[in-house]
Amino acid sequence: MAALGSPLRTLRGLLRELRHANERSGRSYREMPAYRHIVAAFRAHRVTSEKLCRAQQELHFQAATYLCLLRSVREHAALHREYHGKGERSPEEVAGLVGFRLPQQPGGKA
Amino acid sequence: PPERKRFYQNVSISQGEGGFEINLDHRKLKTPQAKLFTVPSEALAIAVATEWDSQKDTIKFYTMHLTTLCNTALDNPTQRNKMQLIRAAVKFLETDTVCYRVEEPAALAELQKNEWDPVVTWAEERYNVAIGSSTSILGPNIPASTKETFVSHLASYNMWALQGIEYVITQLKSLILSMGLIDRHITVEKAVLLSRLEEEYQIQRWGNVEWAHDYDLCELRARAAAGTLFVHLCSESSTVKHKLLQD
Repeated sequence: MAALGSPLRTLRGLLRELRHANERSGRSYREMPAYRHIVAAFRAHRVTSEKLCRAQQELHFQAATYLCLLRSVREHAALHREYHGKGERSPEEVAGLVGFRLPQQPGGKA
Repeated sequence: PPERKRFYQNVSISQGEGGFEINLDHRKLKTPQAKLFTVPSEALAIAVATEWDSQKDTIKFYTMHLTTLCNTALDNPTQRNKMQLIRAAVKFLETDTVCYRVEEPAALAELQKNEWDPVVTWAEERYNVAIGSSTSILGPNIPASTKETFVSHLASYNMWALQGIEYVITQLKSLILSMGLIDRHITVEKAVLLSRLEEEYQIQRWGNVEWAHDYDLCELRARAAAGTLFVHLCSESSTVKHKLLQD
């Protein structure tokens, strides 16, 4: 089984991502169908008897995978906005992207 | 082309004859080929609905990986049947990333051995097959019996799940890493790291370029995660409407 870490941490991460996804809506993130589904699933599998162990692991893997999806989509969109969505950059900005500064010419020319 | 503005207030799910449907206000979501968008699993429908409800002012289709996967399963635009999908998937084994080794530089060869040998061994033991690895430009020589074992195994998945499996394989460029994910042996983060091992090696040597490297990393993680989740949600017998999945 994959090394997944703590289920509680995964759950917290998921709730954080759902809050991010819900920012625009004006409703509480607790009304999201995804929130209800995830919380219900975690509650239903809380019993720690041996015979549920495999089902718990499957649920945790699914939750961790969904968390990875939500987080990666958000991070990718942020990078897209930052680097690909800004339109024309000035020469100074472009130079700055790769760690350079434009030389200063005497007489005040850039 | 300008991005499509978000044209709906509310996203909801309803249950129809064929499965679960997505409603954007009062409109039922359709596929690109204008079929009714119906999914066999409630959890999958919820996740798709969440993609649509997460859109802010404009609809960014390139972020909606689960929706895309469902559209592919419903429309089957490449018109492939189950056996064609399976053969395409298994063919990847011949050029599987984790089997293709370099001899130089020594540090990269060592990294590949340390990181990739365990997952190849896992696959060999789990499926009782011979795979191996190779430094030849022709790649590893995969025995026919190994391919047939994987063909048999993949045949046990329904058409929807297979679309997902083939998608993950294409993204990661590896059947072995994909099976590692499907079998829950490795996490998405690990699978993506292993898929991008050479890039990660170069990044460690030469430095990270956020707008290229992290961008690609996040995109691959998102796609691999979506594909894996899609496969699992389409395979759970307790939650799946079998009628929709008849091959």
